[in-house]
Amino acid sequence: MNIRSYHKHYHLMLIPGVILLIIFHVVPMFGIAIAFQDFRIGRGITGSEWIGLENFQYLFQIHDSWTILYNTVYISVWKIAAHLVIPLVFAVLLNEVRIMAVKRWIQTVVYLPHFLSWVILAGVLIDMLSLTGIVNTFLKGMGVKPIMFLTSNSWFPAIIVGSDIWKEFGFAAIVYLAALAGINPALYEAAEMDGAGRIKQLWYITLPSLLPTTVLLATLSIGNILNAGFDQIFNMYNPVVYQSADIIDTYVYRVGLVQAQYGFAAAVGLLKSAIGFILIVISYRIAYKYAHYRIF
Amino acid sequence: MVRNQTWGAKLGEASILILMLLVSLMSLAPVLHTISVSFSSNAAAAGGLVKFWPVGFNIESYRKIIEEPHFINSFLVSVKRVLLGGGINFVLTVLMAYPLSRSAKEFPRRNLYMWFMLFTMLFSGGIIPLYLTVKALGMFNSIWALVLPGAVPVFNVILLMNFFRNMPKELTEAGYIDGAGPWYMLLRIFLPLSLPSLATVTLFSVVGHWNAFFDGMIFMRSAEYYPLQTYIQQLVVQLNVSEIDSTQQEILAKISDKTLNAAKIVVSMVPILVIYPFLQKYFIHGIMLGSVKE
Repeated sequence: MNIRSYHKHYHLMLIPGVILLIIFHVVPMFGIAIAFQDFRIGRGITGSEWIGLENFQYLFQIHDSWTILYNTVYISVWKIAAHLVIPLVFAVLLNEVRIMAVKRWIQTVVYLPHFLSWVILAGVLIDMLSLTGIVNTFLKGMGVKPIMFLTSNSWFPAIIVGSDIWKEFGFAAIVYLAALAGINPALYEAAEMDGAGRIKQLWYITLPSLLPTTVLLATLSIGNILNAGFDQIFNMYNPVVYQSADIIDTYVYRVGLVQAQYGFAAAVGLLKSAIGFILIVISYRIAYKYAHYRIF
Repeated sequence: MVRNQTWGAKLGEASILILMLLVSLMSLAPVLHTISVSFSSNAAAAGGLVKFWPVGFNIESYRKIIEEPHFINSFLVSVKRVLLGGGINFVLTVLMAYPLSRSAKEFPRRNLYMWFMLFTMLFSGGIIPLYLTVKALGMFNSIWALVLPGAVPVFNVILLMNFFRNMPKELTEAGYIDGAGPWYMLLRIFLPLSLPSLATVTLFSVVGHWNAFFDGMIFMRSAEYYPLQTYIQQLVVQLNVSEIDSTQQEILAKISDKTLNAAKIVVSMVPILVIYPFLQKYFIHGIMLGSVKE
C-alpha cells in the first residue's frame, strides 16, 4: 500500500474549496486598488483615474474620522471589559448551583439569545425601548419620566454595550465553565481540610484557576478592537445618534455603498483591515508566548 | 464535601440559585414579550399594555402573515438558502478538514494549503471589493450570491480539523493496513466518529445562513429575492429606526401594526428554536474542542 498515492486524493478534496476561496477572497483583494483611485463604477478598475494617497489624505483631514475612530474604540473597549468580567461572574455563580436539572435549564436558556440575529433582537429591543415600550411603561409606573433611549447620544452607547452583553454573556461563559470543570477537585478537598471556607476557596482556588483563561481571552480580544459590532449597531442606530454610534464599518457602508464614494470607503476599509491585521498578529503572538495558544 | 452545612451556607446557596434563575428569566424576557405581543390585540399592543402575557388573545396577526405573499416568499428563500448554503458548507468543511488534518509527513503540501487558508482568514478586501466582485460575476438577485461567498467557513474547517487531528493514530494505521483509501477512511471511519464536532459546525453554519441579512440587502436588488432576515430588517427594523421625533413616533406607533411585526419576528425565530435543543447537547463539547487547547 503506497501512501503517496493518496496525495492526489487529498488535493482533489481541497480543490473545490480553494477555488471558491480564490474567487471570493483573493480576487476581491485586487479590488483594494480602488482605494488609490477616483473610482467610477462605469469605468471599472482599469478605466478609473489613479489618485495616489488622496483618499487617505482626505480621511485624515475630515473631523468625522476622529469621531468614528473614537466611537469604535470606545464601544469596543467597553464591550471587551464587560465580556471578560460578566461571563466570569456568571460562570462562577452558576458553578455553585448544585441541582443539576436547574443548572442545565439555566444554561439552555442563557445561551439562546446568542443564536438569534441582531435583526430580530433589534426589532424586539427597539420596540421595548421606545417611548411607548415596556421599559418606559415600567419607568412611568415608578414615576420616572420616559427616556428616549435610542435617540439619545448619551444613552445609545450604553444601550449598545448593555444589549450586547445581554445577548452574549451566557454563551461567553462556556469557556469559563469548561475551565471550572477542569479544576482538580483534590484542591478543594485539601483546602477544606485546612479549614478554608467557601469564600476562601473561591479566592484562593477558583479565581486563580480562571486567571489563565481570562488573560487569554483578553489578549485575543485586542485583535478585535476595531470591530465594535456592525450588525448590532447597523440595526439599532438612526441618524440622530450617528454622532455617538457610527463605527468604522457602518461608516464604510454608508459612505461607500449608499453614497457611492467607493474609492474613499475602500480606503477607510483598507486602513481598518491593515490595523486590524497588525493587532491580530500581535495578540496571537502574545497569546502563543504566554498561554501557548494556537489556532491549529 | 457538603455534608455539614451551616444555615449561612444554605442561605448563600439558595440566594445564588434564585439570582441565577432571575438572570436566566432575563434572557427569556424579550422573547416572551414579543410572543405575547404577537398574540395580543393591536390596540393593547400599541397602548403598551402587553407585558409577558397576551392581552386580548387572538391569532389575527398570524392569519395576516399567511396572506402576505412577500413574507412567505422570503421565508422560502431563507429555507432554500439554509439547505443549499448549509449543504455546501458541510461538504466543503468535511472535504477540507480531512486532508488538512493529516500530518505534514503524510501530506507534505498540507502546510501550503494551511497558509493559504490562514491568509484568506486574516486578509480581506472588505465589503466594497466583494460587492464589486459579486456584481462582476453577474450574481445579483441570485441565491448564489448568498451562498458562494461564504462557501468555505474557514473557522469551521479549523474546528473540525483539530477534532480529526485528535483521533487516535492507530485508527488510520489500522485502516491503511486493511487497505482503506482516503475517501473510505473519511466517509466510513472519521465522519461517524465525529458527530459532536459535525453537529457543532452544522449548527454554526445553519444559524449563520438563517441569520444573515446584510448580503441579502446589498446583493438582492428586488424585494422578491430577499431572505427573511433582510425582509424583516427592511420592514420592521428600518422603519422603526428612522422614526425620529417623538410625536411622529407616537403617531406611527398607533398606526403601525405592532402585533403583525411581532408575529413576523416570532415566525423567523421558530426554526432556530426548533433545531437549537437538538444540537445544544453537542455544541458545548464541540466548541471546547475547537477553542481552548493545551
